[in-house]
Amino acid sequence: MRHILGPLLVILAGFLGWEVLHFVVANSSLPSPFETIVQMGVLLRDPDFWKQASQTGYAFGIAVVLSTLGGIALGILLGMGRLAGQVAEPILVNLYSLPKVTLYPVVLLIFGLGISARIAFGIMHGLIPLTLFTMNAILQLKPVYRRSAAVMGLTSWQTAFTVILPAILPQVITGARLGVSLCLLGVLIGEMFAARNGLGYMVTHAMERGDMPTVLAVAVMIAAVALAANGLLLALDRSRQP
Amino acid sequence: MSPALASVAAPVPAEHHARLTGVTRVFGARKGTGVHALGPVDLDLNRGEFFSVVGPSGCGKSTLLDVLAGLSSPTAGTAEFEGKPINGVPAGVGVVFQEDASFPWLSVEDNVAFGLRRSGVDAAEVARRVDYAIGFMGLKDFSKAYPAQLSGGMRQRVCIARTLVMQPRLILLDEPFGALDQQTRLLMGDELLRLWRETGATVLLITHALDEAAMLSDRVGVMSARPGLFIDVLETGWPRDRDSRIVSHPRFGELTAHLWDKLRAESLKHLRGS
Amino acid sequence: MASAPATPAPAAVAVPTASPATLLRLVVIVAAVGALEIACRVGWVPMTIVLPPSVMAESLWQLLLSGSHTRDIVVSFSNVAAAASLAVVLGFLIGAILHTLPPVRGAVEPLLASYYAVPTFMFYPVFIILFGVGSGAIIAIAVLLAIVAMITATLNGIDRIPLVLGKTARMMRMGPIERALKISLPAALPYLFTGVKLSVAYAFIGVIASEFILSGAGIGHAIAYAYNNFDNRTMYGLMLLIVLAVTVINAVLDTIDRRLQARLRR
Repeated sequence: MRHILGPLLVILAGFLGWEVLHFVVANSSLPSPFETIVQMGVLLRDPDFWKQASQTGYAFGIAVVLSTLGGIALGILLGMGRLAGQVAEPILVNLYSLPKVTLYPVVLLIFGLGISARIAFGIMHGLIPLTLFTMNAILQLKPVYRRSAAVMGLTSWQTAFTVILPAILPQVITGARLGVSLCLLGVLIGEMFAARNGLGYMVTHAMERGDMPTVLAVAVMIAAVALAANGLLLALDRSRQP
Repeated sequence: MSPALASVAAPVPAEHHARLTGVTRVFGARKGTGVHALGPVDLDLNRGEFFSVVGPSGCGKSTLLDVLAGLSSPTAGTAEFEGKPINGVPAGVGVVFQEDASFPWLSVEDNVAFGLRRSGVDAAEVARRVDYAIGFMGLKDFSKAYPAQLSGGMRQRVCIARTLVMQPRLILLDEPFGALDQQTRLLMGDELLRLWRETGATVLLITHALDEAAMLSDRVGVMSARPGLFIDVLETGWPRDRDSRIVSHPRFGELTAHLWDKLRAESLKHLRGS
Repeated sequence: MASAPATPAPAAVAVPTASPATLLRLVVIVAAVGALEIACRVGWVPMTIVLPPSVMAESLWQLLLSGSHTRDIVVSFSNVAAAASLAVVLGFLIGAILHTLPPVRGAVEPLLASYYAVPTFMFYPVFIILFGVGSGAIIAIAVLLAIVAMITATLNGIDRIPLVLGKTARMMRMGPIERALKISLPAALPYLFTGVKLSVAYAFIGVIASEFILSGAGIGHAIAYAYNNFDNRTMYGLMLLIVLAVTVINAVLDTIDRRLQARLRR
């Protein structure tokens, strides 16, 4: 309980700062926290909001599943072939730090303006960290594990499922945590640019209309959901560590 | 070599170089539930002697060293160095720690020169003394290397050279070879003896290795389990001119056995988690 | 000395420059670019979607020569530089202050760990309100993205200073300022630099992405503008510029990073 209290106080301080900012900013085009919460209530009762949210959720869900499966598979593949891993690592790190939004027009040209472009863009964001973490987990696996498995007479399948997978799991979960966050970012940026639905579109559209309460309400709700989901994965992560 | 080992130790002038009187250290005393780590301990270090302290883990050996180094002050009792009470780190005292304390961002040469440069010694003198210390510790070929390129033993030599270059009159060593393998430790012990002889400094060595204490010291203090007290002080009687080859002398075995005899019960107490 | 190895240590903990992996990586990249070139030229990939790499390079060369996008390029890079510098300096200061206040740190740290889960970018409109459309809002959102990496790296770096170095500083009777400058800073530097590297990457992402979504200038804006006007030549030329710039900056920072990491103990 005590370790939750501190962060809660910090969040409260953040809201206070926001309130102060609301009073300072000229003619208060910045809505107050209270106005934002009221707008949240309005949105939560609005079927259109739920339609947009489900669009985002759908794209995000598919992107997460595909990038998780793909990232783990690619990571294992690259990690097993030591040379392949060494060749790929700097390329992947470079791709990771590239502002992927630059490449979004290419994705749009290939996939068109529909939801598949946003899914692809989400995967572009989420795939790389998971691949990197999985690959490094395997490359850094203590050799003694494999040797112990060999001494115990395990087959290679048994070794993979009872020794290697459990050993790399903590790092895979860390990678997944990062991957899921970035997937969401990818989908949302995709919606903010050149889309006609989804929460990202809702934010840009509201911004164009000058409807700041909606912008903030949506952004804060997404932030809260993302924080909660991350907290859950983080707890899972910690429960696996001794 | 066959030195006249039967002879008693070289006559040491009984001049107190550093002295602890009734030194006690309690951690967290303010809360009333403090851990009584050390003492009360009395210790007289004679000028120019090689004194070792052995004792079970957690007996307060390092606390004793910290008090002499001025890194922590005793809860009760007094500590003095060269007749003056120790209040903060005294000038003329050097410490070598168990952990590698070399600066990874400086070359061996710059590591050794570090203390001298900031004490305002002129450049020529710095160069001369650094050169000597590096040569003395056998680091000549590595003076431009960085610590990360050296083995653990070589890094500890860097730390010893860095202490040596300041010409301390009292050298405190806190399990300096604890992280090294046995062969390296024996050879480092020889280095230490050579350094001790040539500098004429007083040496206090904290160690958990009984053979190391028996081989290197003029006197060995045996400490009890926590709270650490001296339960025995043993005179080894080795000549000043000695090295690791004395391990083949029958008395080396006797000394080590005697130390173990004193310590066994204390170590058991620690093992059983007192 | 009996125990000293006969051969001196290698000249440096060298970064391997031409290992088989490096060579192979070059081959893979060249092959990929070549394959794309052929696929475009043969017509497997329609030119309306992807241009051949040679055309991208040519386009980039032309737009650099003509100076048509010089202003955008200058705006973007100066925004990245400003955002990265601000994030590094402020992040370091905040990290160093947090480190001296354990209770505050305890309250803030769980949030820092989850920070990158929040799509901070959604708050870009807020900064537009506060600073107006332009460099102010862009630098602000980029700093917001980059600063937490620097705070975390600073905390980690200070944590990792070996205790024995602090004891050594006390034995040398150093004052707090000398100790900070001569011991703590160099000891933490490799970790701090990791923060710098991440901050630059995040500043880049923040600046280009904001320009892309809503801005009147910058490379990101120019790419979005070219996309909306079906000007694939300009679009791909500028994309190539970003990819090259990020790769070069990464390579430089990575080399420095490796040098610093090599100093740390094995």
